[in-house]
Formats: sequence, structure tokens, C-alpha cells
Amino acid sequence: MITYTSTDHFVLLPGLLLALFGCAVLLLDFLFPKDVKGRGWLVGIALSGVGFASWQSWQQYLYLKAHSMTPLVAFNGALVLDGFALFFNGIVLASAALVMLISYRYLEDEKEHHTEYYALVLFAACGAFFLNGGLDMVTIFVGLELMAVSFYILVGFLRTDKRSNEAAMKYLLLGGFSTGFLIYGFSIFYGLTGSTNLAALATVIPARGANDPLLYLAIVTTLVGLLFKIGAAPFHMWAPDTYEGAPTTVTAFLAVASKTASFALLLRVMLVGLGTAREMWEPLLTGAAVLTLTIGNLAAISQSNVKRLLAYSSIGHAGYVLLGLIAGNQTGLIGVSIYLLTYAFSTIGAFLVLIALRRRGVAVETIEDLASLGKRYPYYALLMLLFLMSLAGLPPTAGFIGKYYIFLSLVESGKYGLAIVGALYVAVSLYYYFRLVRSMFLTESIEAQVLAPSNGVRLVLALTGIATIAMGILPEPFLRMAAISLGR
Amino acid sequence: MPNVPVPLNYYLTLSAILFMIGAAGFIIRRNIITVFMSIELMLNAVNLTFVTFSYQFRQVDGHIYSFFVMVVAAAEAAVGLAIILTVFKNRSTLTIDDVSSMKN
Amino acid sequence: MPQGYLPIFLFLIIAMAFPVIAILTAKLVRPSSPSKLKLEAYECGIEAVGNSRGRYAVRFYIISILFVIFDVETVFLFPWAVRFHQLGWFGVIEIAVFLAILIVGYVWVYKKGALEWV
Repeated sequence: MITYTSTDHFVLLPGLLLALFGCAVLLLDFLFPKDVKGRGWLVGIALSGVGFASWQSWQQYLYLKAHSMTPLVAFNGALVLDGFALFFNGIVLASAALVMLISYRYLEDEKEHHTEYYALVLFAACGAFFLNGGLDMVTIFVGLELMAVSFYILVGFLRTDKRSNEAAMKYLLLGGFSTGFLIYGFSIFYGLTGSTNLAALATVIPARGANDPLLYLAIVTTLVGLLFKIGAAPFHMWAPDTYEGAPTTVTAFLAVASKTASFALLLRVMLVGLGTAREMWEPLLTGAAVLTLTIGNLAAISQSNVKRLLAYSSIGHAGYVLLGLIAGNQTGLIGVSIYLLTYAFSTIGAFLVLIALRRRGVAVETIEDLASLGKRYPYYALLMLLFLMSLAGLPPTAGFIGKYYIFLSLVESGKYGLAIVGALYVAVSLYYYFRLVRSMFLTESIEAQVLAPSNGVRLVLALTGIATIAMGILPEPFLRMAAISLGR
Repeated sequence: MPNVPVPLNYYLTLSAILFMIGAAGFIIRRNIITVFMSIELMLNAVNLTFVTFSYQFRQVDGHIYSFFVMVVAAAEAAVGLAIILTVFKNRSTLTIDDVSSMKN
Repeated sequence: MPQGYLPIFLFLIIAMAFPVIAILTAKLVRPSSPSKLKLEAYECGIEAVGNSRGRYAVRFYIISILFVIFDVETVFLFPWAVRFHQLGWFGVIEIAVFLAILIVGYVWVYKKGALEWV
């Protein structure tokens, strides 16, 4: 019998609120005046949607905590509420709120300020929720596509900008291609189990044996799709072009929300569905991780466009997160969670400095544009330095904690080779991050101009800056959050 | 003569071939619309697999999945065509190599 | 030969034979005395100008894109209609929610003026 119980409602509510507020923003757009003030109201409504969803997620957390973090399964096993889903929902909500705050002025400057933007951000966040909590392949697929389709439009939001169009087109085509592989894998999983549920998958694998060719085909095609979505080599080609061409605010959102939610999906599929077939996917993922680290970090060296450089560095970060999954122990999984959390704040911050530096009609994109930033705008330069240090993984910033746990887990599980490779590429990454720093602090001064970043940009810069420092100096509360993601 | 049904393997092989044709078309073809059609072919190959397994299990789960694939593919096609239209408006070409301007 | 293929073959043969037979019989039965006037486009038909590969106004694409979306959504209405009695009020409410979401999209499209033929 099909029903809609109060448990279903409780688990669904945050995502439902996001979707409802998205629809509300779409429709209320016709009631508010088409000017700066009217759009400001709509941004407020969209932000309050994120606020309500966060409040409801908090209620979910309190409920889980009161019931010793026992997962709450809803809709006959299609959707689950556990610490893992809550943790990743939190990252998505935070990034959605931060991105909305910084988008207002940016879109006004680009003269493409349509309030559909905020509705799409809400829809994308809603889709991400279903990736974080989905246990059924139908739920996962629909959530994934809701997020992806919203992002296709967001990436191409600057309709008259050729690079934005091109980025959207490439993202769309390669995204559709990868979805095809993912659901082809899902269809074979369905054929093997007779159920679309990930939990059912785990019960079938032992019976099929480790060398079943059909199972192997399903794992490979699913992995192709998943590696695409997280932007890992050898399926990373979309990332540099999309990151470069997309509006910078969307780049930040894409690099954080899409990547973390896709990682949540990857972890869920690998650990819940295929946890017993570890010996089949671990070699594949190890190869992909090493390749990802290599391509991401080596290609970043020769980039002159900062957004493109950050895109390659973001590919490299995907490699480190994969290492945490490969290590496979508790430390590794805590490492994955804390790494994605620290990466989220540092990445939004780094892109945000670029947004703050843009002047009307002049985008700051190449490394030369950052020249003598230390003299011109010392605060921005210091913040950029902070975010880059965090991305490189230097203490006392947030990134250090993430990398520390990843390497610790590799050493604990005896994978010294991977630890050495990872450490080697940290050194490489220091080189290209230092190129940016050198440009900012050690080059001839060029004329300073008046900058007028909006209050939203200032607020978010301050928040991400504080978060990056705080996680580095006082990691304890954040590590506890990561432990929640493991259901403890 | 006994009524021997078409073996399920045939359907699965057909869908695998369709999927590979789609994937190959995606890689080889240079026209954006054709590339987009290749993706649709891949998705429909997946539908065929789902329906085949669903028939084998005497279940409706696979049929329902293929409904979702169809609807999502339609939504993706709508957004895709809109994006391709804006690309065409700005560049007056639909050849992938001519649209590629961002380089390392 | 497995009989399971019989329907497929029948289907193939009928599908191929149908247009051939229809056109052939029409050709054999009808009187044929062509004249210049008869070969022109029928009554209110428009004279063909240029070839069919020309460009269409972008409006056509927008309408067709919208059609594709709203058309495919009916795929969810049919299963519900078939099991209408078993699903009861729960199904009615579910479908109402589904249609409400579609209507949000429709209202947005309408208000944006995408359906107006300029």
C-alpha cells in the first residue's frame, strides 16, 4: 500500500522546502517590480527558503541525536536520513546561501539579473539533497538530473556571452554522456538484483562472486558516470572549460555543491551498494585517483587564467578525496568529510576574491590581473593568500586538517605508495599556488582603482575567511561534525 | 511447434549495441545536434535494458524507471536545445570544433 | 524456427506492405490525366518556395521545446488512470501535486510571454 507517513514527511521536508521556495521565487517574480529593489526582495525570499531548510535540517539533527544517530528510512527505502546525508546537506545549504549572497551585485554588473537564477540555485540544492540521502536508484537519478539540469542553465546564464554559452554546451553534452553511462550501470544492477534499491545490491554481490563479468561491467560503467560528475580523470575534460566560461558565482557553486553532492553519491554507491565488492572497484578507483592527481596538478602549472587554474586544482582535490575513500578505514572516511568541508569554504573564498576584484565591465581573470595586489588591495591579497594556503594544505589553515587526515588514513592502512604520490603532488601544487602569490606580492605595482564590492561579498569573504582560519586552528568542532557524518 | 520466446539475451545485446552506437556517435560526430541525438540514443538503450529485465522479473520497477528516464531525457532535451539555440545565435555555427574557443 | 519471432516478422511485413499497397492501388484505380492546373498545390495550399532546408523562426523551436516537455509528462498520468480505483484519494492528491508543479511551469511560461506569437 502506498502511503505518505509522518516519517516520510519529516525526512523529505528540507528538500521539499527548497523546491517550494524555488517555485515561489519563479511565480512571485511577476508580482514584484522589475527593478533593483524588487529583485532584492526576491533574493531575500530565496535566502529565507535556505534558512527554513536549514532550520528543518537542524530539527532532523536533533531528532537523530536523540535517537543515537539511527538512520531514518523513508518512502519504502528510497530516501534515508542519517548523519552522512545531514553533513552533506549542510555543505550544500551553506554553499547555496553564500552563493546567493554574492550573486546579487555580480549579476547586476553583468546586466543579466533574472530572479530565475535564485530559483535554479534552490532547485539544484534540492537535487543535491536527493543525492545525499537517496538509496533508491530512481531517487538518485531524478535528484542527479534535477541538479545537473539546473546547473546547465546556470552555467549558460550569461546569454550573450560566448564563453558562457560554450561552457554550458560542453557541460550539457558531457554531462548527458556521463548520465548515460551511469544509468546503464544502474540498469545492469537492476538486472542483477531485481530491485532498484542500493541496499538490495549489497545482498546480491556475495552470491555473484568476485569475477562476475556482468557485475564488473556494471561497476565500470557506473564508475565512468560517477567519475565524470566529481570531475576526476580520465573524465575531467568538461571541468576546465565549464569552470572558466561559467559566471564566477556559478563556478564557485558548481565546484562546491555539485562536487560534494556527487561525492556523497559516489560514497553511498561504493560503500552501501558495493561495499562487499571492494576488491573489484578499489584498483579502478586507485588508478583514477593517481591519474586525477597527476593531470590536475601538472596541468594547473601552465595555466594563465586563474579560474582555469583553480579548475585544475579542483580536479586535483578530487584525487585526494578519492585517496581517502581508497584507504577505506574510519580515518579515511572522516578525512573525506572534513576535506570536502574545508575545500568548500576555501574554494568559495578563492573564487569570491576574483568576484570582489572585478570592476564594472572588467573581469579579473588572468594571473597578470592579480599583479601587485598586495600593494593595491592588501586585505584581498591576504585573504587570497589564506585561501590558497588552505587549498595547498598548509597549516594553520583548514586545508591542512583535510590533507592530514587523508594522509594519516593512507599510512594507517599501509598504502605508503599512494601517500608518497599524494605528498609529491602537494609539492607540485605549492609551485602553482606560489605563482599566484608571487604575482600578488612580488611584481611591479600597477595603478589601484576604486573597488566597491557589495555588502554580501564582504560578508561572505569574512565568513569564508573566518571559517578557513577557524577550521585550521580549532579543528575539534569540525571533526566532531565529520564524525556525525559517519553516524557517530 | 513449441512457442519459444525471443531470448532475453538478444534484447540485452541489442541494447548494448545501441548504447555503443550512441557512445561512438557522441565521440565521432561533429554536429552538436547529432551529438545530442547520440546521447538520446544511449538513454533509450538504457530504457530497453530496464524494460527487458523488468519483463524477466515480471515486475513493474524497470518500466517505471524507463518512464523516469524518458521524462528526464525530455527535460534535458528541452534545456539542451535552448542552450544550443543560444550558441547558434551567438556564433552562427553548429560544428563543435568551431564553437570550441577555450584552450589550455 | 522459434515462434516468438512470428509477431515481429508479421509486424515488419505489414508495416512495409501497407504504404506500398496503398500507393499502388491508388495509382491503379484512379484515372490519370494530368494537366498543369491539377499538378499545382491544392486549393489553399501555399506554393513551395526554395528548398525545405531553410531556417525557421526561433518561435517554432520554443513552441516545440515546450510541447516536448508537457507532452512527455502525460506518461505519468496513464499509469495512474489505469489504477485509478486502487489508488483512491491518495492517488488523486499525488496527481494533483504533480499537476500543480506542471501548472507552476505553465504559468511561468505564459507570463514570460513564450506562448505569444509575435
